[in-house]
Amino acid sequence: MVQYNFKKITVVPSGKDFIDIILSRTQRQTPTVVHKGYAISRLRQFYMRKVKFTQQNFHEKLSTIIDEFPRLDDIHPFYGDLLHVLYNKDHYKLALSQINTARNLIGKIAKDYVRLLKYGDSLYRCKCLKVAALGRMCTVIKRIGPSLAYLEQIRQHMARLPSIDPNTRTILICGYPNVGKSSFINKITRADVDVQPYAFTTKSLFVGHTDYKYLRYQVIDTPGILDRPFEDRNIIEMCSITALAHLRAAVLFFLDISGSCGYSIAQQAVLFHNIKSLFMNKPLIIVCNKTDLQPFDELSDEDKKLVMEMKDEAMKTVIGQGGEAINDDGVLLTMSTLTEDGVIAVKNAACERLLNQRVELKMKSKKMNDCLNRFHVAIPKPRDQKERLPCIPQAVLEAKAKAATEKEKRKVEKDLENENGGAGVYSANLRKNYILANDEWKEDIMPEIYDGHNVADFIDPDILHRLEELEREEGLRLEQEADDDDFEMDGKELTPEEQEALAEIRKKKSLLVQHHRIKKSTAESRPTIPRKFDKDMKFTSERMGRQLSALGLDPTSAINRAHSRSVSRRGRKRERSLSREDNDGDAMDMDADLPSKKLRMRTRSRSHPPSDVVPGEGFKDSAQKVKAVKLAKKSVKKRNKDARRGEADRVIPTLKPKHLFSGKRSIGKTSRR
Amino acid sequence: MRLEKCWFCSSTIYPGHGIQYVRNDAKIFRFCRSKCHKNFKMKRNPRKVKWTKAYRRLHAKDMTQDSTFEFERKRNRPERYDRNLAENTLKAIKKIDKVRVDREARHHALRMKGKKAKEQREATKELEQSIHMVKAPAVLQQEPSLTLPKIKVKVAHQQSEENHPMEE
Repeated sequence: MVQYNFKKITVVPSGKDFIDIILSRTQRQTPTVVHKGYAISRLRQFYMRKVKFTQQNFHEKLSTIIDEFPRLDDIHPFYGDLLHVLYNKDHYKLALSQINTARNLIGKIAKDYVRLLKYGDSLYRCKCLKVAALGRMCTVIKRIGPSLAYLEQIRQHMARLPSIDPNTRTILICGYPNVGKSSFINKITRADVDVQPYAFTTKSLFVGHTDYKYLRYQVIDTPGILDRPFEDRNIIEMCSITALAHLRAAVLFFLDISGSCGYSIAQQAVLFHNIKSLFMNKPLIIVCNKTDLQPFDELSDEDKKLVMEMKDEAMKTVIGQGGEAINDDGVLLTMSTLTEDGVIAVKNAACERLLNQRVELKMKSKKMNDCLNRFHVAIPKPRDQKERLPCIPQAVLEAKAKAATEKEKRKVEKDLENENGGAGVYSANLRKNYILANDEWKEDIMPEIYDGHNVADFIDPDILHRLEELEREEGLRLEQEADDDDFEMDGKELTPEEQEALAEIRKKKSLLVQHHRIKKSTAESRPTIPRKFDKDMKFTSERMGRQLSALGLDPTSAINRAHSRSVSRRGRKRERSLSREDNDGDAMDMDADLPSKKLRMRTRSRSHPPSDVVPGEGFKDSAQKVKAVKLAKKSVKKRNKDARRGEADRVIPTLKPKHLFSGKRSIGKTSRR
Repeated sequence: MRLEKCWFCSSTIYPGHGIQYVRNDAKIFRFCRSKCHKNFKMKRNPRKVKWTKAYRRLHAKDMTQDSTFEFERKRNRPERYDRNLAENTLKAIKKIDKVRVDREARHHALRMKGKKAKEQREATKELEQSIHMVKAPAVLQQEPSLTLPKIKVKVAHQQSEENHPMEE
């Protein structure tokens, strides 16, 4: 159905815009370059293409306009009438027909000029023909400019019409202005209609949606209707009349019984009777609004009589439908939108009536029979006359009764919390609902960790039993151990003196090892000098004597032999043996008093020149020694000049001497420091 | 609160110590200190690293199987609280510990048992073989005991000569 496509009508451009659009499109989308040197057929083709292209575009756009605007005869009569009321059918049709003629004219122009172009003989002639063609088309469009503007206005207004589905369940609200129709729709739907104290606040139809029994109902709010002859009605009133006339809906006629709308009940009754022809075949409900200002029961008798008359009319419609004489509540209702008293009742009544009517209608139609044949509600046939009531066990009934009473009695944790100081102060005792074998244990604190173990890993119901076994095992084992202990052998222990000797042996061994390690590591840089050239005088006869006596031997004979064979004695005369021994003893004693660095025994001490090779030094000949001395001096010279104590001395006394890090240069830059 | 075991060295991790590493296959590795953590990151096998319990157990340096170990087992279902049970458990833990420690000491003693005898044998052998380093063979012949020789002290003759004139 077209009802919602009013929003999808493309924009109708104004005359000028239309021309601009089409011409610029022609310029962009057809070739633009042409020279008079081209072949004549090419020139003709060029300009023919332009003319045809322009005509096609005009045709296209005008066709869309004509197609998209609805034809008033093809749409639902409600919309047809509504559009007629709003825009005047004739004007509308006229505008569209003008567009149509424009389209045809443009087609004709194009055809003519294309025919002429076929015989154009120069570029200039062809160009002039094209210019003329386009010009004429544009004039046509200029002439229909007003129609285009009119259609654009209509389109904009149509897009804003409320989307009313003429076929679904609808409730229509009508009545005098200011009786409370818009307030009612605001109450039952989510629509937000303007409610103001002046009349004709609502100027057009408004739609809201409400639900009843899982179905959606449209509620249409109409502008107020005044009591006037049909011909004198203005457009706004005509909207509501149209709605009333064409929509199959439940009608709620609103009555203001307080008279605050400015019209008395009598006037409203007159209106009612005038338009009651429109209520044919529609469920009608009379709604008395504003009962907060004037309660229904306190109405004057005349007013009540009028209302009753209206009610009778309404009853007629009920009877007309289903033939059931229902009570007043289905037809006459009172409510107040201000206090929301009775609003829901009204809505429910209206929805119910409408639903019943629609269901009945559907039932009567032929289609329903097909559906009904497919349904079958199975009702079990009663086997006998025995009554079988639903069976609810006694316990459930009792529990239900108890639960009802208990619900109020039980004290909740939240109440406790509030009593004892609120959320930050009170901390609930989580242990109080614990289920334990003995209630005294509820507040017990059990350690989780004990002595480096997790207590939870040890918990076992028969731990005592196992512990007993373990202890028994342990006892047994201890006994065994006691027996075994006697078995240990202790003999072969060394005496203290032997231990002393062993310690001494081990010390000597470790000394040897250390000595060897030192020698090994320095072997490459140490000169290997034979023992006889002992420069440090390590190998003395005294030392030998000490070592021999440490071993337990008497060193005297060995020392004597060493002395007799020593180099210093080579040139000596043989002395008397006794005195020799004494002297030896004296000599030895005297020499023992002197410090370790003793002189060689009466050797002729001579001073040697620096290049002379002394046997203990390890040089091959004097040349080698001289060279060595020179090298040594050379290596030391630089360091001495730098006042270094040795080769490892890298001390810088001042790391940042001021004179290097500050000051300007007399000439040159200071970018390097 | 639970005391866990370090994955590398198997010592207990107390609260507030160590690092836990969760791998992409959801296996959790707990370390007691950065030493273990760094070793793990170096991909070292704790069974080959001498100071870990894994190594010691594997090479039978420490007790491996014992009934005292069975008392401590991770239980996944919590037991309902029972005061008597809790009391007994706490007392039992102490006793079990004592027994375990005793047994470990016994194990160690057993391991070390032959050492003393071996040491003594080695000592005697060394003494016998190397006595020549501290005692000359000639002296050994005279005194066959394996002890240090007695060193003879020399008397100074010069002193005796000087004394004589003084006396006279």
